[in-house]
Amino acid sequence: MSVADIAFYAFALTTVAGGLFTVLSRNPVHSVLWLILAFLSSAGLFVLLGAEFIAMLLIIVYVGAVAVLFLFVVMMLDIDFAALKAEMARYMPLALLIGLVIIIQLAMAYGAWDYSTGFETRLAAPAGDVHNTAALGLLVYDKYLMLFQLAGLILLVAMIGAIVLTLRHRKDVKRQDVLAQLYRDPAKAMELKDIKPGQGL
Amino acid sequence: MIGIEHYLTVAAALFVIGIFGLFLNRKNIIILLMSIELILLACNINFVAFSSYLNDLVGQVFTLFVLTVAAAEAAIGLAILVCFFRNRGTIDVEDVNVMKG
Repeated sequence: MSVADIAFYAFALTTVAGGLFTVLSRNPVHSVLWLILAFLSSAGLFVLLGAEFIAMLLIIVYVGAVAVLFLFVVMMLDIDFAALKAEMARYMPLALLIGLVIIIQLAMAYGAWDYSTGFETRLAAPAGDVHNTAALGLLVYDKYLMLFQLAGLILLVAMIGAIVLTLRHRKDVKRQDVLAQLYRDPAKAMELKDIKPGQGL
Repeated sequence: MIGIEHYLTVAAALFVIGIFGLFLNRKNIIILLMSIELILLACNINFVAFSSYLNDLVGQVFTLFVLTVAAAEAAIGLAILVCFFRNRGTIDVEDVNVMKG
């Protein structure tokens, strides 16, 4: 058993364990932390597969952005999670049954699956001896430029959508009105009075 | 020697765990979103495994797009969740049928 094999089994085990505890954990903060573990160890799997760029992207995007987003929401909202977890036992038999059915389906699919003949000649983009990141860059910025731009558009729409959904204008907060300040006329705002001594206004 | 079957098995296990989580946490929409992330991760592992063993980089390009969509989906989902929580004071998904759509 080589070092790569041992690394594969370690990463595979932590990935599956992380996924399982994400789903089963009682505390949602723990769930998010288990999710981060699953993503980190699957990034390790990707490194073993020779996809370094995707592995680093997974760490940056998922652990750095998505998981932190989940953590923020879990901690920001004041939610009674105990009440939500109470009915978990009720759904357990149904969940186990459906999981079992899908496992059987996947096992049947993998059992019947085989490569078609001559698949080597139909590769869309054979990986040469270029470094993984360079090869991906050449592919994404040349052959799949349109799709790449559309992916950027999807992110833009998601960003605008998230801002629009969560933005709220609070009425009870005093805000600065720049135009009102600019159009304020000093002559109308102030009045000078000449007061005689001993009289008052 | 680790073959493609090993990776496919890990991905299948992760996929089933994701589906399992969807049915187990019917009420908690945060865990539901995390289960969807797990399912997408399983599909990414499949893509990268096939890409590596067939020596075809397109699988990794597609993984890039799956990652993009997953990030966008998580952001929008959590934004809707925050919105829903502000209006209703709970994140119980079974209350979401108020619109009777």
